[in-house]
Amino acid sequence: MYKSLLCLRYLRTRYIALASIISMTLGVATMIVVNSVMDGFSTDMRDRLRGILADVIVETNSLDGAPNTQDLKDSIQRAVGKDIEGMTATVEIYAMLSVQYGSEWQSKPVTLIGIDPATKATVGPLSKYLVNTNEASVPDWELSPEAMAYRKEWTTRAQWMVDRWNHNPPPMEEEATPLETPGSTEPLAPPEFDSKPDSDSPFDSKPQVADKENQIANPFDKGLSEKAFGKEEKRDPGSPLKGRVYIGYGLVSFPYEDADTGETKMFQIVKPGDDVKISTVTAGHPPEPTHFNATVVDLFKSEMSEHDSSLVFCNLEYLQEMRGMIAPESDERSITSIQIKLKNPEDAAMVVSKLEEALPAGQFRVRTWEDKQGPLLAAVEVESAILNVLLFLIIAVAGFGILAIFFMITLEKTRDIGILKALGASSNGIMSIFLSYGLALGLVGSGVGVIVGLLFVRYINEIEKFITFITGRKVFDQRIYYFPEIATHVEPMMVFWVALGAMVIAVLASILPARKAARFHPVESLRYE
Amino acid sequence: MTETISMPQPQLAAIAVEKAYRKDKHKVPVLHGIDVEVNKGEFLSIVGQSGSGKSTLMHLFGLLDTPDVGEIYLEGQQIDDLPEHARDQIRNHVFGFIFQFYHLLPELNLLENVLSPLMIRYSTWEYWKKRKQFKQDALEIIEKVGLSHRIKHRPSELSGGEMQRAAIARALIGKPQILLADEPTGNLDSSTGKEIMDLLTNLNEQEQLTIIMVTHDNLIASQAHRTVRLREGQIEVLGKSQSTSVPA
Repeated sequence: MYKSLLCLRYLRTRYIALASIISMTLGVATMIVVNSVMDGFSTDMRDRLRGILADVIVETNSLDGAPNTQDLKDSIQRAVGKDIEGMTATVEIYAMLSVQYGSEWQSKPVTLIGIDPATKATVGPLSKYLVNTNEASVPDWELSPEAMAYRKEWTTRAQWMVDRWNHNPPPMEEEATPLETPGSTEPLAPPEFDSKPDSDSPFDSKPQVADKENQIANPFDKGLSEKAFGKEEKRDPGSPLKGRVYIGYGLVSFPYEDADTGETKMFQIVKPGDDVKISTVTAGHPPEPTHFNATVVDLFKSEMSEHDSSLVFCNLEYLQEMRGMIAPESDERSITSIQIKLKNPEDAAMVVSKLEEALPAGQFRVRTWEDKQGPLLAAVEVESAILNVLLFLIIAVAGFGILAIFFMITLEKTRDIGILKALGASSNGIMSIFLSYGLALGLVGSGVGVIVGLLFVRYINEIEKFITFITGRKVFDQRIYYFPEIATHVEPMMVFWVALGAMVIAVLASILPARKAARFHPVESLRYE
Repeated sequence: MTETISMPQPQLAAIAVEKAYRKDKHKVPVLHGIDVEVNKGEFLSIVGQSGSGKSTLMHLFGLLDTPDVGEIYLEGQQIDDLPEHARDQIRNHVFGFIFQFYHLLPELNLLENVLSPLMIRYSTWEYWKKRKQFKQDALEIIEKVGLSHRIKHRPSELSGGEMQRAAIARALIGKPQILLADEPTGNLDSSTGKEIMDLLTNLNEQEQLTIIMVTHDNLIASQAHRTVRLREGQIEVLGKSQSTSVPA
C-alpha cells in the first residue's frame, strides 16, 4: 500500500522526473508519426500497385504471346483455381506514344497493355483510377458525351481547315506557327479545352484512320497524314477511331507553378476525345515496326507517378489485330500475360510456386506484383527499419536520463528510505517503490507520447498546411511526392510495441537506482540530517 | 555489570554487546561489552555524551543494526541473528521509533504518516479492507497526542512539537510493545520538550508501555524510572529504579 501511495506522491511532487521523460514522450510520438507515415505510404502504394498490376502475373517469355488462351486459363484454374478471385488476359508490349501539341510531336516510351475492361475489373479497380469515369461503373471503350461533343467540335474544325487548305493552300510557315510557342518567355497559360482557339488544333494531325494493311506493310510511308485524310472523307470524322486508349495522366500533363498564386497546377495537353499515335512492333520474326492511331477514351490517374507516366491501356482486340496476333485460319488470338487476383493476397508466394510447377517452364514466367515493384517497397521498408532503430535509440537515451535523475532522487530520499526501513519496510518493498515509480514515469511518458503521436498523425495534413503557411515553403510538395496528401496508416500493434518498449526502457533504467535504494543501511540513512 | 532484577525474564536485553564502525581503514569502536535489560512497563533512559554510543545501542535494540559481538534478546528469544525479513517484521510489530528529527515522510500528510506502519504491515488488499478501522484508530491516537486539527497538513506545515507528536502517534499506531525514543526533545525548546515528556510519561504510566529513551539531557533523563549512563562505550553508573538518585 505504501509503495503505490509513495510512488503516486513522488510522481505528483517530483516535476524534474517528469522533465526527464519528455524525451521519451517525444521519442514515442516521433516513432508513431514516422511509422504511420511510412506505413501509409507503402499501404497506399501497395493498394495502387495491386489495383493496376493484380496480385500474380503469368507472362510469356516471348513477345509473340501464347496462342491458346483458353488452355492456359484452364491450366491455371486447375492448379490454383480455389485461390483465384478473378483473372484477365492481356497483351503487354513496349511502345512509343506520340502526341502532337502545337506543331511539335512529343514521343514517349510507354508500356502498352491491351485489356478487356470487363474482366480487368475483376482483377483490380481500374475504374477507380479513371479520371472521368464513375468509380462504380465497369469501364468500357465508349466515349463519354462530353468527349464525343469535344471530338465532334475539333474534327469539324479540322475538316474545315483541310477543306480551306485544299482549295486555297496558305503559306506553310504561317499555318504551322502555333499560338503558344514552347520556350517563350511568358509562362504557359493553363489550357482551356472547351474554348480552344482554332490555331490550337493542328489541322494536319488529328483525324486519322488507321489503315492496318498499309501500316503493317509500310509503316513509315511518307505523307501518311495526307493518306489518312484521304480516307477520312469516307467516314464520319466525328466518330471515334477503332483503337481506343486510356492514357496515363503523367504522360500527357506537366506540373507547373502558377506565377500569380504560387499553386501547383497541371498542364494537360490531351483530353478524352483527342487522338494519339502509338508505335510498337508486330508479333512474328523478326518483329516489324507498326503504328496506329487511337482515340483517347479517358485518362488514367493512379497517383503512382511511375505508372501514370508509363502505362497506356488499349482495347485488347484491336491491339491483337494491329500486332498480328490473330491466327488467320483458326481466328485464335494470342496473349502475352494473364493477370490474376487472389482471394487472399497473402497466398501470392504459394500460388506462384504452384503455377511454376503447373505451367511449362521456359515458356512462362510467374511473378507477383511485389516482384515487379520490389525494389521500391523494399527501399521504403529498409528506410523505415533504420528510422525505427534510430528513434528507438532516442528513447534509450531518454532511459539514461531517467537513470541519472533516479539516482538523484534516491539520494534525496535516503532519509525517507531509512524511515521506511525503521518502520519495518523490507528491502524488496523499497525497491518496488522505485521500480513502480519508473514504470509510472514510463506509463505517463509513453501514454502522452502515444496521444501526441496519434493526434499529430490525425491532423498531419493540417499541420503541414500550417507550417507551409508560417514558413511560406511547401513542406509536402505534390510535385515531388505525387500523392495529393500525406497518407498515414496507424497500425495498432505498432503503437502497442512502441509504448511497451518505452515502458520497458523506463523500468530497466530504474532498476539500478532502485537496487541501490534497497541496499541503503537504515542507520546510515537516518544518521545525517 | 548486570543489574539485579526482581522479574524472572526481562522484556528486552542486550548481553555483552560490542559494536565498531569502519571509517575508511580505521575501526572505530563504539560499544565495548554492554549489558542492559529492560522490564515490561519500564521507562529507561540512556544518557551519555555525544559519541558515547547511546544511539548505537538504541539502534541495536531496535534491530536497525547488528552487534559485532553479543546478543539481543526479546522476551528470552535471540533476535539479532534473525533473517532480514523477520527483523523487518519485528521492527514493524514490536517497536515504535521516535527520532530527534521526527523523520516524517514529507510527501504524506499527517494522517498518512501516522498510518504508514500499518500500510507497511498489511498488503494492499488487506489494508483496503480494514482501512476504515485503521483510520478510526489513527484519528483516536492523533487526538490523544492533540493534533486532531492538523490531520491533512504536510509535515512542512507543522511546528517541531507537532511533528514530534505526529511521530509519537505514528510509533503508537502499530500497538508496539516497546517505544524507542532517540533524543525526542533534542530539537525542541524546553516547554515543548516538557509537553513531549509528559506525553511519554503518561503513555508509560497509563498503558504500561515500555520506553527506552536516549538523551544527553540529565534533566530529561531523570523523568525515567531508571537511567543507564554510557561513557565511551561502557556503562558508567547504574541508577536503580526510582530510588536511585540521578545526578542532575
